Amino acid sequence: MTYTRAMHALELSGLRAGVAGREVLEGIDLLVRSGEVHAVMGPNGSGKSTLANVVMGKPGYTVLGGSATLDGRDLLDMATWQRARAGLFLAPQYPVEVPGVPLGRALDSASDDENALSRLAPGEIEKEAANVGLDASMIGRSLNVDLSGGERKRSETFQLAVLQPRIALLDELDSGLDVDGLKAVARRISAAVGEWGLGVVAITHYQRLLKVLEPDMVHVLVKGRVVASGGPELAREIERSGYAAFTDG
Amino acid sequence: MRQRRAEAWERFAVADLPTEAEEVWRYSGIDTFDLDRFSPRQPVAAGGLSTAISQARLLAGRVGERCALVVTVNGQVAEIEIGTGVPAGSLDVEQASVKQDPDHRLGELATPRDAFGHLHDAFMTESVLLGIRSKARLDAPVVLVHLVGGSSDAEGLRVAAFPHTVIDLGESAGASVVEVLGSLEPSLDGDGGPALVVPVTELLVGDGGELSYANVQVLGSGCVQVGTQASRVGSAASLRSFSVGLGAGYARLRTDSDLVGEGGSTLLLAGYLGTGQQVHDFRTLQDHRAPRTRSELLFKGALSDASRSVYSGLIRIRNQAHGADAFQTNNNLVLSEGARAYSVPNLDIQENDVRCSHASTVGPVDEDQLYYLESRGIRPDAAERLVVAGFFAELAQRSPVPGVGLWMEQEVASVLGLPAPARSLPAPTRAGADGNGEGNG
Repeated sequence: MTYTRAMHALELSGLRAGVAGREVLEGIDLLVRSGEVHAVMGPNGSGKSTLANVVMGKPGYTVLGGSATLDGRDLLDMATWQRARAGLFLAPQYPVEVPGVPLGRALDSASDDENALSRLAPGEIEKEAANVGLDASMIGRSLNVDLSGGERKRSETFQLAVLQPRIALLDELDSGLDVDGLKAVARRISAAVGEWGLGVVAITHYQRLLKVLEPDMVHVLVKGRVVASGGPELAREIERSGYAAFTDG
Repeated sequence: MRQRRAEAWERFAVADLPTEAEEVWRYSGIDTFDLDRFSPRQPVAAGGLSTAISQARLLAGRVGERCALVVTVNGQVAEIEIGTGVPAGSLDVEQASVKQDPDHRLGELATPRDAFGHLHDAFMTESVLLGIRSKARLDAPVVLVHLVGGSSDAEGLRVAAFPHTVIDLGESAGASVVEVLGSLEPSLDGDGGPALVVPVTELLVGDGGELSYANVQVLGSGCVQVGTQASRVGSAASLRSFSVGLGAGYARLRTDSDLVGEGGSTLLLAGYLGTGQQVHDFRTLQDHRAPRTRSELLFKGALSDASRSVYSGLIRIRNQAHGADAFQTNNNLVLSEGARAYSVPNLDIQENDVRCSHASTVGPVDEDQLYYLESRGIRPDAAERLVVAGFFAELAQRSPVPGVGLWMEQEVASVLGLPAPARSLPAPTRAGADGNGEGNG
């Protein structure tokens, strides 16, 4: 398979957002370029999932200030599906069940050529499924219905590999996965970073995902603000000492 | 039945038409119904009959393969055709009139409960009796097509028709039967327009028998249906039933399921789609009269435009029916602001040691599902269509007769502009499989 390499960038600048009248993000700055892996870590309730959903445009969140752009285009002005078509992908923490809608059919509806799957060479779909340990029969089955947490995450990673977004937001991709599953999906995403220059925002509590999917940058999110940014060593420090050092004072 | 018929007219004459003040007619809109617009008759001339039979064949073709075809026109039998593949003696199709009912089988299950019941008994002229011999196995469905309609008579009255079907499945037999209820094509006789149809279907499932049954209602939009489906399921027997409501202006279907033998089970499914000003009105009874009986009901529908649906259901567990399992679920998708769905599930439990549950939902397409699909780059309108198609696909997968599931999906897809049904989903359960079906109940 051949890939087109180009430089893309997701840029958040002073992004503030709230939900149910409460400000959750109090000014986020983040620049993620093609081929970069950024980890966003933080304790429960620090606003990590809100960050992912605000960038993707989930209903119910209100942007209070700042900007979010992809390749200079204003994301906040776009509907969710337009953000996706601009090259953004969100693997949610809890992918919902969509009864009666087969995975393959959803992927085929993801672009106007109605044929996302057939863009791939013959055998490629099965290979992509196998890459993340997803049973290929899942492609014909209803989205996430009766799937375990781990299977859902494998499916998300499979969908990412098929859709080939520019920037992927991974919201706790590691939750629900066993050790083998975690390795498989982390490897696939690492490979995508090399293959087509995927830019990654990996939201996670733990360092275990980052052992395979090595971050270029680690950001610590506390109470809606990035309180520290650094290299991979920051993730190791959090693994050792927790968030106490960042939450005090 | 003969006796009952003699009395029926008198009873009807003294009975008041139902009103919405009665619980079983609540929300139905019956108060605006004018019975005097209709008159019972069979207006199709011999020439028109062959055209009607051709039309019936086209409708029957949508079910897929079949082993026999029965056609009635305004309640009169017009055609009986039994395929050569049916083993001799395994299937018996009779056209019984009230005068020839020595076993008193007609009307045994569907005792009249209101004026329409009396009306049916008074005017029903012929019944189709399908007998399936004990231990017989029919591979393909028997298809019955009931066509109704015709132009108004000299006094401007519309056709009223009273089809009656009895399916008598012998012990340990297995069969699959589909009834299709449609309007005569306009070209046949006048405009084929409004008609009143009061069909009754009785399903007798002998001990150890397995009956797969479906009915598809595709009446013209000017029609009024007041239908009854009554079943009696013997011990260790199973009935899997699927009702599809697509047509008519007002369509009422009463589904009464009696579980009379130990270990018997019923799966009662229905799918309906409302458009325009349509009203779909379902009344159900799951009546557990024997120990360790099981019933599962799943009625699902989508309402668009200014259409309405009513679901009112009762699970009754009688005091000798210990170990019974009963489930009742009604899901409604409300697709436009002017549409309404009423859902009223009820339980009446007179025995301990039973498992019973009911659930109903009424609401628009789930916002989280839409967001998830849109986050993949799917346009909002396409996302909604996918979810609605999926809502029906899930039901279609459980259809006891696969061809009927596909038929419903195709109709719903064409009416709502949905994507054509996906065939990559798992194959439906085989006819004659266990009564619990499969899927994501």
